[in-house]
Amino acid sequence: MNKPAEPNSFRTGPDEQGMFGIFGGRFVAETLMPLILDLEKHWDEAKNDPAFRAELQELSTFYAGRPSKLYFAEGLTRHLGGAKIYFKREDLNHTGSHKINNCLGQILLAKRMGKTRIIAETGAGQHGVASATVTARFGLPCVVYMGATDVERQKPNVFRMKLLGAEVKAVSAGHGTLKDAMNEALRDWVTNVHDTYYLIGTAAGPHPYPELVRDFQSVIGSEARAQILEQEGRLPDVIVAAVGGGSNAIGLFHAFLDDRSVQIVGIEAGGRGLEGVEHCASMNAGKPGVLHGNRTYLLQNDDGQIIDGHSISAGLDYPGVGPEHSWLRDTGRVDYLPILDDEALEAFQLTTRVEGIIPALESAHAIAHAIKLAPTMGKDQVMIVNLSGRGDKDVHTVAKMLGMEI
Amino acid sequence: MSTRIDRRFDKLKAEGRPALVTYFMGGDPDYDTSVAVMKTLARSGSDVIELGMPFSDPMADGPAIQAAALRSLKAGQTLKKTLQMARDFRRDDDETPIVLMGYYNPIYIYGVERFLADAVEAGIDGLIVVDLPPEMDAELCLPALKAGVNFIRLATPTTDDKRLPKVLENTSGFVYYVSMTGITGSALSNTTEVSAAVTRIKSHTDLPVCVGFGVKTAEQARVIGASADGVVVGTAIVNVVADTSADPVEAVAALVGELADGVRASRLAVAP
Repeated sequence: MNKPAEPNSFRTGPDEQGMFGIFGGRFVAETLMPLILDLEKHWDEAKNDPAFRAELQELSTFYAGRPSKLYFAEGLTRHLGGAKIYFKREDLNHTGSHKINNCLGQILLAKRMGKTRIIAETGAGQHGVASATVTARFGLPCVVYMGATDVERQKPNVFRMKLLGAEVKAVSAGHGTLKDAMNEALRDWVTNVHDTYYLIGTAAGPHPYPELVRDFQSVIGSEARAQILEQEGRLPDVIVAAVGGGSNAIGLFHAFLDDRSVQIVGIEAGGRGLEGVEHCASMNAGKPGVLHGNRTYLLQNDDGQIIDGHSISAGLDYPGVGPEHSWLRDTGRVDYLPILDDEALEAFQLTTRVEGIIPALESAHAIAHAIKLAPTMGKDQVMIVNLSGRGDKDVHTVAKMLGMEI
Repeated sequence: MSTRIDRRFDKLKAEGRPALVTYFMGGDPDYDTSVAVMKTLARSGSDVIELGMPFSDPMADGPAIQAAALRSLKAGQTLKKTLQMARDFRRDDDETPIVLMGYYNPIYIYGVERFLADAVEAGIDGLIVVDLPPEMDAELCLPALKAGVNFIRLATPTTDDKRLPKVLENTSGFVYYVSMTGITGSALSNTTEVSAAVTRIKSHTDLPVCVGFGVKTAEQARVIGASADGVVVGTAIVNVVADTSADPVEAVAALVGELADGVRASRLAVAP
C-alpha cells in the first residue's frame, strides 16, 4: 500500500464525501441514504448552533461530571521506574466510561431530528449502558443489540441496561459479538427508518458518524492537552489509547494530531497472538475493505468474507476499526500495536494493586503498553494513557481467567 | 449498447406481461445443486435470474438469506465459483439475463477491473450491489457501465421525488423498487401503495420497474405484476432450497411454475 502524502494538518478530515483518504464513505443501502443525508444536515447545523453546544456543555458538566481528571499515576510510575504516567480518568464519568460523551451529543441530535425511538449496538455493554442512560434521562424507548456471547460475559451491564428501561436483544448470528450486533442494529434501522435514530457507539459506520462521534469524544483530548500543560507545563512525549472501533482513542488523539513532538500509539487487541485468527488487530493483520457503511481495515479472508476475531475484551472484539484510524495508520501519524490477552490481564491486576483503580479490560490493553514502554523512557518524560472505563463489569471474566469462583 | 436484460424486457413488453425475476443464493446448499437450481429457474419460467453472491455480513437481508449465505460459504463458495456458475449456465442458455446480487466487499477484494472483465466473459448482464448508493458511483457503477454491464439500482419508499433523479441517473437495465423499508423476507406491504410508487418512478424513467421484497406467492406476483414491469421473488425460493424434506430442484421447479402462471395472469384483468 502506498503511503498517502502527508497533509499540512491531520485535523481537517473528513472531506465532503466523508472520506479520510481512501477510508470512510457512505456504503449503505438506499433506504438509509436519505436519512444519513438528513443526519448530516442536522449535524452541520447543530455543531454551529450555540444553543446546542450550551445544552451539551451543561449536561457534560452537571450530568456526566466533566471535565474528567488527569491523574498522575504515582504508584504505577514508581513501580515501573521510568516515564511519568498520567491517566485520563474517563472511568470517573457518569456510567463509568467515555461512552457517555458521545451518547449525550447524539441524543440531543436525535431530539433535534424529531426521532422518537433509539437503537444502539454494544460490545462490552458500556455503550449500551450509556445509551440506556440517556434514553432514560430523555424519556425515549431504547433497544440495544448485543451479541449473545457478550450478553454472557458482560452480565452486570446487561442488568444495568434493563434496570434503565432498555430492551436488550441478544444476537446469536456469527460469534455473537459486536459485529453481529451492528448487523442486527442496521437491519432494525432499515426497517424502522421513519421514527428511529441509530445511536452508533464508535467512530465508525457511514459518514457522518465517524466525524460526529469523534467530535463528541474529542473533549477527552482537548481537556487532557490543557491539563497536562497546566500540570506539567509541557506536552506529553507519548499518548496511548486502546482501539476497538476506536472512539476513546480518536477522542484522545485528535487534539494532539498536529503536535508532531507527541508520539501517538493506538493499541489493538492481539488476543492469543497475530499468527492465527484469534485476535482483533485489523490494522496490523487485516486489509482495507468495506463493512458497516465504511471502508477501513478489516479482518477478512481472500474472498472478502469477514472473519470473526477474538479478544478477552468484548469492547475490542470487532474485526474492523473506525476509518480515521485507518487513515492515520497509513499516513504514519499514529502507530498501532497489538497487546495480547495475557498482557492486558496482567496490566489489569497490576493497576488494581498499585493504583487502587480497577480498569476496564479495554483500557488495560493501553496500560499494558505503558508498562512495556515507561521503563525504557527517562524519568523526566511524560505519558498519558486513556483510562477509558472502569473494570467492575469485567470482574467475572477476569475471575474466570484466573480460575477463581465469585 | 443493448444487453440481454434490455432484449428480454423488450420481448416481454411485446407479449404484454411483466417479468418474473427470481433470486437464489449461489452455492447453496452446494455448488452442483445450486447450478441445477439455476438451470431449473430458467426452464420453469423465470425471465431474469438474480444470482446471489454470498457475504458473511448481509446487512439488508432477513434470516432466510443470511442462513443461505452461511450455508453457501460453509460449502466453499467464493466469488470465483459464483462466476463459474454463470459460465456453466451459459453453456445451455445464452438468452436469460443473469444479474449478480450481493454486497461490495467481495468484489472490492477481487478487484473491480478484474471482476468486471471476468463477469463479462462469464456472461453476466447486470449487477445489484446493495451497499453502493449513487454517492459511491465511482467505485463500481461507472466502471461497470463502461464495461457494458447494467448497474441496477434499488429505489425505496424513502427515495423521494427530489432524490429519485440521482438514483436513476446511472441506473440501467431496470429499476428495482424495494416495496418496503425493511429487510428481505418481510411481509409484503400495502399493494396499493406499491403500485402508486411504481407509477411515481415510471414518471421519472423509461426503464422497466421491477418490485421485490415480500413477494412470496403466485397471487402476490399477479397483483404486483398488474402495475410493475417485473416481480422479484427471492426469500420464497431460498426457503424451498433450504427445506431438506424435498428435492430442492423439483421443489424450485414447482414454485417457479406457479409464480410464472401468476405473472402471466396479472395483466388479464386490465386488458381492454
